[in-house]
Amino acid sequence: MRMSGADITIKLLENQGIKVIAGIPGGGNLPLYDALYKSNIKHVLARHEQGAAFIAQGIARTTGKAAVCFATSGPGATNLLTAIADAKLDSVPMVAITGQVPFLLVGTDAFQEVDTYGLTVPITKHNFFVRSIEELFTVIPEAFRYAECGRPGPVVIDIPKNLQSEMYEFEGFPKLEDIDEYVEPVNIHFLKEAAEYINSSKKPVLYIGGGIPIAQGEELIRKLSEKSNIPVATTLMGLGSFPLDNPLYLGMLGMHGARYTNILLEEADLLLAFGVRFDDRATGNVGKFCPRAKIIHIDIDEAEIGKIKKVDLSIQGDINKVLEDLIPLIEENSRKAWVEEIRTKKMELPFVLPDKKDYYHPLNIIKMVSEMSGNAIVTTDVGQHQMWTAQVYPVKEPRTFLTSGGLGTMGFGLPAAIGAAIAMPDRMVICFAGDGSLLMNIQELATLADLGLNVKIIVMNNGHLGLVRQQQQMFYHEHYMACKFQTDPDFAMIAEGFKIKGYTLSRDINPEETLKKILLEKGPALINVPINQFENVFPIVPPGAGNTEMVGGE
Amino acid sequence: MEEYSVIELLVNNHPGVTSHVVGLFSRRAFNLEGVIGTRIGSGATSKIYLLVKNDDRLDQIVKQLKKLYDVIEVAIHSETECTIFNNVKEI
Repeated sequence: MRMSGADITIKLLENQGIKVIAGIPGGGNLPLYDALYKSNIKHVLARHEQGAAFIAQGIARTTGKAAVCFATSGPGATNLLTAIADAKLDSVPMVAITGQVPFLLVGTDAFQEVDTYGLTVPITKHNFFVRSIEELFTVIPEAFRYAECGRPGPVVIDIPKNLQSEMYEFEGFPKLEDIDEYVEPVNIHFLKEAAEYINSSKKPVLYIGGGIPIAQGEELIRKLSEKSNIPVATTLMGLGSFPLDNPLYLGMLGMHGARYTNILLEEADLLLAFGVRFDDRATGNVGKFCPRAKIIHIDIDEAEIGKIKKVDLSIQGDINKVLEDLIPLIEENSRKAWVEEIRTKKMELPFVLPDKKDYYHPLNIIKMVSEMSGNAIVTTDVGQHQMWTAQVYPVKEPRTFLTSGGLGTMGFGLPAAIGAAIAMPDRMVICFAGDGSLLMNIQELATLADLGLNVKIIVMNNGHLGLVRQQQQMFYHEHYMACKFQTDPDFAMIAEGFKIKGYTLSRDINPEETLKKILLEKGPALINVPINQFENVFPIVPPGAGNTEMVGGE
Repeated sequence: MEEYSVIELLVNNHPGVTSHVVGLFSRRAFNLEGVIGTRIGSGATSKIYLLVKNDDRLDQIVKQLKKLYDVIEVAIHSETECTIFNNVKEI
């Protein structure tokens, strides 16, 4: 067989089952695009490489499978960086394939040359610089395996242009083997000890995070919780992993969690930290986090154990494997007193909702949309609207709430929504955006228009970098600096300019009917929702404070 | 306890491995007092020795090193067990 490096690359991607690639062509990856010309893989032309990588993330976050993005050398590669770093912090499997200048020019400061390998070392799970065509046969399947195995993450493959163009003689493609990785059995001694902790605890709480949806561990978490009546608090990344109507559900903990959630965690005598990494947005001042609790930490990534907080017992492993063995050791327990305390605390310290007549309160808008959106997948940008959505949008299933949790990347929402809609064409995708965030990747409206996907963008427009404004108000003596936008772009008109239907809700009427009409019409649309400029996210845990030192939301 | 420890790594030998290892120390704000490295055997693998302070972050350093794709083995020695850095000082 005789093929070019580019043809080999694309064939290997086909063999991996890749159906869609998001990217932008350029000088350094043109041979790859020439190979794509002959392939059945669908290419989505983004308008900025960061958009391409977030589209890939949208696919990966909804499906759990590694998705692919392409960029050329130099600026193409540097434009990917933010989205790669984002994937690293939220453990999203992604394979980014970049073109590089021809091998002989590497290191000469050639046109559009940048050290992609060096730049991506700290923000990838691993990265490869391909030095021969032969390596492609191992590197490409290995990149997918590695992006998805254990704790997932992004992998970069940098391929010099000459290797893409050169012809190569070979016997045939290697067969894709399902490698069953050896998994060490969970230490029975630790399991028994963990069970003892749980069985003797009076006030246990499950603190679950992004590891649960990644492992699809929600079913076993529910079993454990119900068998022993253990309440469940989730992080931002864990939303959707526990039934909302279960009385044991405590909602999201941390910086913008409900009062009862943070107070009940303070009461806990045992914290079951499963698939979490003790992020400061979840724990607040970590020294003050769950002061009365013994801690059992289970995570697939050994390095997370003891990284932030010393724990009493830890198990490194796949949460499903651990829970399968652990649950039989757990005694059924009604925990009457604890369950009653939870019920009471929820009533005494509820999450306070605005008056329903305050139609344009962001929380009311989000709730209203959620009642019309059926089984929609939700994405958010980053800021106040993100926290409001996390607080009140009823996320019913894992992998249906896509948000930039770890890196907090403004501009995530729109391209991620495009990716989600590509992966799940039968479902509506709602993107809650802010007027600040949306502008950071607004060019992807063009990509959305190309594809005509059923994505509805709801712009919570307060004319500010809202979370910055809120923090300046609360923690910087109301010194408002660089948080107010001087001009108020007409987002509906901008959408129309991209050939997408654009609407602006008028503040003086109940928006319910209009919203319903827009949401039920198939295809992309942008809805600009003017909200109160000075609305704040409450409760809020001030920086450096413990989670129980919340401000507001009473 | 001695002030320093020596971490001995067996790694795949290709350009870029060192940047993965050393980069880990700077980006995670670990201390790194010395580095020695060389290819061994046929050249498919290398040995890297790292001189680090013996503090409570050592455990986390080792866990992070184990996670690196190209790191095959990690071993920790006391400075008296592994005197490789002393020899350098003498040169």
